[in-house]
Amino acid sequence: MSKTTLSRRGLLRTGAVAGAGVALPTIFTASSARAFTNEPTGGSVTLGFNVPQTGPYADEGADELRAYELAVEHLNGGGDGGMLSTFSSKALDGTGIMGKKVEYVTGDTQTKSDAARASAKSMIEKDGAIMITGGSSSGVAVAVQGLCQEAGVIFMAGLTHSNDTTGKDKKANGFRHFFNAYMSGAALAPVLAKAYGGDRKAYHLTADYTWGWTQEESIKAATEALGWETIETVKTPLAQTDFSSYIAPVLNSGADVLVLNHYGGNMVNSLTNAVQFGLREKQVNGKNFEIVVPLFSRLMARGAGENIKGILGSTNWHWSLQDDGSKAFVKSFGTKYGFPPSQAAHTCYVQTLLYADAVQRAGSFDPCAVAEALEGFEFDGLGNGPTLYRAEDHQCFKDVLVVRGKENPTSEFDLLEVVEITPRGQVEYAPDHPMFAGGALGSCNPGA
Amino acid sequence: MFGLGKKDVTLFLIVAVMALFAPFILNPFPTDSGLAQFNAGYPDLMQRFVIFGILAIGFNILFGLTGYLSFGHAAFLGVGSYAAVWMFKLLSMNVLPAIVLSMVVSGLFAVVIGYVSLRRSGIYFSILTLAFAQMSYNLAYSVLTPVTNGETGLQITLDDPRVLGQSATADGGIPVTNLFGLEMRSFETLDIGPWAFQFSVGYYVAAVIMLISFYLAIRIFRSPFGMTLRAIRSNQNRLYYTGLNARPYTLAAFVISGMYAGLAGGLLACMDPLAGAERMQWTASGEVVLMTILGGAGTLIGPVLGAGFIKYFENIFSKINDQVVHGWVSFLPDGLEDFVVALIHPFVGKGWHLTLGLMFMLIVIFLPGGLVEGGQRIARRLRRRPAEEPAKSASTEPAE
Repeated sequence: MSKTTLSRRGLLRTGAVAGAGVALPTIFTASSARAFTNEPTGGSVTLGFNVPQTGPYADEGADELRAYELAVEHLNGGGDGGMLSTFSSKALDGTGIMGKKVEYVTGDTQTKSDAARASAKSMIEKDGAIMITGGSSSGVAVAVQGLCQEAGVIFMAGLTHSNDTTGKDKKANGFRHFFNAYMSGAALAPVLAKAYGGDRKAYHLTADYTWGWTQEESIKAATEALGWETIETVKTPLAQTDFSSYIAPVLNSGADVLVLNHYGGNMVNSLTNAVQFGLREKQVNGKNFEIVVPLFSRLMARGAGENIKGILGSTNWHWSLQDDGSKAFVKSFGTKYGFPPSQAAHTCYVQTLLYADAVQRAGSFDPCAVAEALEGFEFDGLGNGPTLYRAEDHQCFKDVLVVRGKENPTSEFDLLEVVEITPRGQVEYAPDHPMFAGGALGSCNPGA
Repeated sequence: MFGLGKKDVTLFLIVAVMALFAPFILNPFPTDSGLAQFNAGYPDLMQRFVIFGILAIGFNILFGLTGYLSFGHAAFLGVGSYAAVWMFKLLSMNVLPAIVLSMVVSGLFAVVIGYVSLRRSGIYFSILTLAFAQMSYNLAYSVLTPVTNGETGLQITLDDPRVLGQSATADGGIPVTNLFGLEMRSFETLDIGPWAFQFSVGYYVAAVIMLISFYLAIRIFRSPFGMTLRAIRSNQNRLYYTGLNARPYTLAAFVISGMYAGLAGGLLACMDPLAGAERMQWTASGEVVLMTILGGAGTLIGPVLGAGFIKYFENIFSKINDQVVHGWVSFLPDGLEDFVVALIHPFVGKGWHLTLGLMFMLIVIFLPGGLVEGGQRIARRLRRRPAEEPAKSASTEPAE
């Protein structure tokens, strides 16, 4: 048993030690005189690839990592150069970035904002990464984007579809090439009107988190503008695996279209349940019952198997596109890995190239100079036609694909067919659109 | 000294020295060497070591002393983080009010959850706490989005009021968390030969708080209150027969331990002003249990070691990719090199969970008392030469 009395001397001593402990950190506060965080000094430059390697989006993460490795290879002059040859900007010459060899570090986001930030921080603090890219979920992308803003490095978002990434959570140091929920709605609506008519009653099942909500909001607005009626919107928990209890009420709701605002495994399960309930053979209000999945990916299509056939959705990019950029990318990706890239791989590859190009054009790794080079940048030849990196919100504007699950796939990768390439003009919106309002870019932060 | 026994003073001083010199201890390899991959002495990870150390120390007060296994401690961590971030949003970027509020809020939260959960013991208690934590997680993830910002996580923004501070800095950036002007994220690099040591303000603030928490934990362990808690673990019925009501004691232990978790959550937010719902997920709660068991439940220093061990694997092993492994074994002939890489591949990078799992199994099977028992065995073996073998006592087993 210990003594519990506290003597006067003991108290003084404790106080002195505690005081010294508190004062200790002050000797380390003199800030260093570097111009910006992690300025590369040697003959190489380090990029940080922060992707989900475990957890629900591990498949996408693995594909993203392959794309990053390919991009680094091409930047350093290896391989067949991929999209470097089709890219409209010719600043990159295959000798790395500004003559420095490109090296990279990888990390696991676990699809958790916390882990993603820890991993990004270690890249910045330990490995000296000058740019962070990746992410396969909007929550993670927004979290890491915030971190990069604070730390003073550039963040090139990977697969993130929520309006918030370049809406209310936009940051001066963050850039997104991928399309967003609003664009999905704007691109899908005309195709839906053509295919299913202007008099439909829609029922939404929505994943109950930020991305699901912005998606539902966007699709609802777009379809209601067509004259569709929204019967009901139901939120489903993210962890739900069996959607039977959510599908059953759809049958008697009088709705004739079911919109599944789900992604990944959620979508695979809800679609499978809906098909099992015979929704697709049903006739309601004298029309065929239809299912719509606003955000499609090939990896999801593979998971859903047979059920995906004939279902409409939108996607950022598809490997079957026939422009030069896409063909070059699919070729070099296929040569290296033996199968075609996913849309996640495409956006990550392109983001790496865009960053490298911006540094080269700016003539500096300084995040502020790079951001300036990216803002308002018009380019072509990266697979989506002429594209603009808008200065006001750091969102890319380009054509959006409307796709349909293929009826007769010729291979396990040939699951989607492109129904329409929606031109860029049709998916553009004002930077202060209500769905994107509420945030501010702030000023660019070079850190240090 | 400080009302501690001689042994405890030694222990405390060892921890204090380790904490103060962590930037040196954790950076044993020169920056340019291939082994620099294994260095852990960068601010973010060091901060995590001490912060999760605090969490594990607090958890140990409940689990190590009373034997109540809470599977919901992550809830307090999350609540503490949210409270701290709200303080940054509304009041100022000073960390003190944030830390205080995070402890108060998590304490109140612990009173409510503890009051209900402690009506049962054993597995029922564990399940109740787990249920509460999952409930909190789901609430934070979607239902309470206006408060928690859902999946995206609560972040500070440019248009927060911050009544005692500033909404935005002069050059339009978001202000930084600080302790009376001392920025948490600022650090100083000390170059000695090929080594680079980073001294971060945030780390030292967290380390000092960890030492205070550790000191308090020692006092609790050695106090009559701690003895009562051990009695509860040992035989609760007997305690009731002697006329002592155990419930207030267990509740007090639960609240103290919840406040420790809240403190850890608040500190996490101070170092990196973001609070995400995943912090409350059951995996996060499970991680605390793992830390404590891995280090040695019921011992003072065990949980801190366990926390460091797990965080090290999470942050260092997950970053070793094939490219790095190729770099290590590049001296081997080509075919052999690929073979060795293929052999190592499942255990590094995305396979870090596997490595951690194997380590955990080995430790639980061969060192049931955790890392502390490992250390004791080594110490005993070194000391045994002259003396005869000491009586084999499960010295990690608290007061049975």
